[in-house]
Amino acid sequence: MQFSSFQEFIQMGGYAFNVWSVYGMFAVFLAVNLLGPLRRNKQIIRELKRRYELNAPAQSGASSANSSAESVGDSQ
Amino acid sequence: MDWTWFHKWGSPKWFYELSGKWLPWLVGAMVLCLTVGIVWALLFVPQDYQQGLTNRIFYVHVPVASISLAFFPLMAIAGTVFLVWRMKLADVVVKVAAPLGAWFTALALASGSIWGVDTWGTWWIWDGRLTSLLLQFFLLLGVVSLRTALEDSEGAARACALLSIVGCINVVVIKYSVDWWNTLHQPSTDFSIAADQANGPEIWVPLVFMILAVYLFFAISLILSTRNEILQREKRSQWVMELVKRS
Repeated sequence: MQFSSFQEFIQMGGYAFNVWSVYGMFAVFLAVNLLGPLRRNKQIIRELKRRYELNAPAQSGASSANSSAESVGDSQ
Repeated sequence: MDWTWFHKWGSPKWFYELSGKWLPWLVGAMVLCLTVGIVWALLFVPQDYQQGLTNRIFYVHVPVASISLAFFPLMAIAGTVFLVWRMKLADVVVKVAAPLGAWFTALALASGSIWGVDTWGTWWIWDGRLTSLLLQFFLLLGVVSLRTALEDSEGAARACALLSIVGCINVVVIKYSVDWWNTLHQPSTDFSIAADQANGPEIWVPLVFMILAVYLFFAISLILSTRNEILQREKRSQWVMELVKRS
């Protein structure tokens, strides 16, 4: 271990800003690009479910000509 | 030669189901590599005799920056597969890779800049590598904008595939700039020599873990976004309807 105390660890030999801002950005980068698509997946399934249920009464089984052409929300 | 495997990749349903099975393992592996890499890098790597403890930044900047160079080649290959074989899944990859690539490139630039401010004495310089990497960032945003401007049509798919192929020229510049021009960014490390000298395994082993971790993250994020795009594009198909009904 390069540090003899937690204080030393946080201070990073005077380079606290440099090291922690980079690791902080890295954490945000990982979180946004993992949690974002995961949340989006649930959102898409929810919206599709609603859309299918709305269209279901009108459908006769085959892919419906009534179903509107609009896409389900914004894709990223 | 049996090309069935290749055409299977063309099936969005097959990809969606297979990737669903692989994801938990990929995530587990990523978490393991990230934990080992970060703990080792932050706590155990000895400080650099010149840079002091800013050498921790190396363990984020190097994996992110080197993997950021993989985006245009990936998009170019996927784009070519789309143009030649009309494989829809290939176009999905081109579409979702571009914004992720922009994130990687931005982090590579930002982390390098914050590292450089104290080690080089400057936030920025117009040297070969920094300039061409900044260009890559704008090119990736360009691919994203092109897709939106052409309203995600067949034409958009073709245009983005072509821009991805062209963008690979810049990747060659980024990679060899430090050898062609002797400016600020240091030349590439010769890892064979480094293994013998001052850079012992306690220096480069955490780097290997971080590179693995970031590659796994790249794959996972790409797969997650591809799955989302597949659901939207295939929303009228039977398998998606059944999947939604089951969930």
